[in-house]
Amino acid sequence: MNKQKPLYFFAFLLFIVQYSGYGQGKDKTLSQDFELELEAEYRYFPNKGQFQGQKDHFPSIAIQPEYNLAWNKGYESINITGFFRLDQDDNRTHWDIREFYYQKAKNNWELSVGLKKIFWGVTESNHLVDIINQTDVVESFDGEDKLGQPMIQYTLSTNYGNFDFFYLPYHRKRIFSGEKGRLRFPLVIDKDDINYESGAKEWRQDVAFRWSHFIGAFDIGLSHFYGTGREPLFSFDNAGGINAFYPVINQTGLDLQVTHDAFLWKFESIYRSSEVQDVFALVAGLEYTFSNIDGNGLDIGVLGEYLYDDRDNLALNALQNDIFFGSRIALNDTQDTSVLIGGITDLESNSKIFSIEASRRIGSSWKVELEGRFFSNIDTNEFILSNFKEDDFFRVSISKFF
Amino acid sequence: MKKLLITITALSCVLYMNAQTPEQRGLEIAKAAEKADLGFNSSSVELKMTLKNKNGQTSERSLTTKTLELTEDGDKSLIVFNSPKDVKGTATLTFTHKIGSDDQWLYLPSIKRVKRISSNNKSGPFVGSEFAYEDLSSQEVEKYAYKFLEEKNGLLIVEQDPVDPKSGYTRRLVSYNKDKGYRIEKVEFYDRKNALLKTLTYSDYKLYKNKFWRAGVFNMINHQSNKETRLEFKDYNFDINLTSDDFSQVALKRAGN
Repeated sequence: MNKQKPLYFFAFLLFIVQYSGYGQGKDKTLSQDFELELEAEYRYFPNKGQFQGQKDHFPSIAIQPEYNLAWNKGYESINITGFFRLDQDDNRTHWDIREFYYQKAKNNWELSVGLKKIFWGVTESNHLVDIINQTDVVESFDGEDKLGQPMIQYTLSTNYGNFDFFYLPYHRKRIFSGEKGRLRFPLVIDKDDINYESGAKEWRQDVAFRWSHFIGAFDIGLSHFYGTGREPLFSFDNAGGINAFYPVINQTGLDLQVTHDAFLWKFESIYRSSEVQDVFALVAGLEYTFSNIDGNGLDIGVLGEYLYDDRDNLALNALQNDIFFGSRIALNDTQDTSVLIGGITDLESNSKIFSIEASRRIGSSWKVELEGRFFSNIDTNEFILSNFKEDDFFRVSISKFF
Repeated sequence: MKKLLITITALSCVLYMNAQTPEQRGLEIAKAAEKADLGFNSSSVELKMTLKNKNGQTSERSLTTKTLELTEDGDKSLIVFNSPKDVKGTATLTFTHKIGSDDQWLYLPSIKRVKRISSNNKSGPFVGSEFAYEDLSSQEVEKYAYKFLEEKNGLLIVEQDPVDPKSGYTRRLVSYNKDKGYRIEKVEFYDRKNALLKTLTYSDYKLYKNKFWRAGVFNMINHQSNKETRLEFKDYNFDINLTSDDFSQVALKRAGN
């Protein structure tokens, strides 16, 4: 993050908090809560790296402190989450303010000001409509870790659904693996090498809107984003150099889930347009859960999703015409043991990615996680995946919560 | 002889006049219990859940539950986990329906995701406890068929057969305390094979607002697995004045932060 300008943002935030009438409220009872997660992680890549300088063993530690202060019966609060990781890969050694926002709720509206994380969408294998936060790519493979996004969010709940308005004053760049890191391209991408289409660079003032509603079995969301995209575009010039930049995009998204008995029918689709590229993509699928199979709480869910993306080779996405299948197993035991296994197969090239994730609590304040990702039969023509074909890995982590 | 005949005739007349099938009586009791608890509007309570396995080892969870009373349809509830710490902030929002399946959403705080989930899994255990989801959901009169069995020591024993075929039970035997606002003292659960599965006893009752009985302790014993789950409630707050805005997906996310 740019070192100086966010400070103004925090000053503004503090000003708002001061001004919001803390101390004038009817209920002056403050409740606060501090929590800390310490994590030790080990990632092991059994195959030798394709590119020079790549390592095989990645011991790492991470720390995530969290602080919440609430008053006015919980209708006003300040929420802070920090994050720091120390890793073998210099670029994966990073810190972030995941969240630091003031929130006020009253009757049918809610206002948040500060750095926050927002999730949109319903599908499991890909999160197309989810666009508010930049993805923390080095943190995890599944793209569910995000960088804190500065915003003002206003939500209005009505009988016709929820209306969310976002003002996004600052863009955060993606961080890519460093020289020693895996899951990268032949050239190490420094985040500062990627420019902006907008002359305002990271300070382009962006906006987003979302309407979401539920009617009986249907949960629907319609969203629009106008601003600097979260995914950079790559193009190669004639001399073989890479030209990469963040384009200004308009993206309309639709997400829909129908919940019927043990079936969850899911659909997500986006249309993204910019000066250089238009994208249409969708994910459609279902999840069915066989619950309490053994009378002891064993749930087995089966998942299937179809992924389509009409992009050419410009974008950072490997899912053009693929099928995802998976199974979610939950023991519903005292230790919350759960396992997710899955695979994605490309319908054209036969490239496949398999994955397994498992987690279990130990005692009352420890948690252990296992993860494995395997790249199989990767076609050499796969623009993105061909770079990862030697990057099968195992990850084990243990966390202690204070 | 004549006298006896007259007595018998008179007696059967009285019986006939009062004729109420056990089914009608059972329904009447369930409705009386519902009526006795009408008008609480909204409440909030913190509770501690202690899980005990058959070797006596225990583990604990702490939760906050908020309830909004609705009369034309089932109640709304919001449950937030405060511990264990790895699931802190995980929350569920449930809209109970008198008829048909409930609407339910789950909030996962680590990825800030609200997920609509199927309410199909009624018989499964709630977070590894001896309470099934259906044991903790709002008890609407329409969800059972009733049969009054007997009155014993001031307790009215009513058999309740779940309407929903997805229920894990063939029947429940519920003991209502007629003199204490029809509060429930005990429930015995019979599994799908009609064998006694669990017994739930309510204790440490407290009267709030001079009208609403709330138990301070729920103790569920599973006779087949010898496991046990105890819920201990702190004081109920009936003055919290919650509205439907406190039971929305927006409120669900807020509660989990």
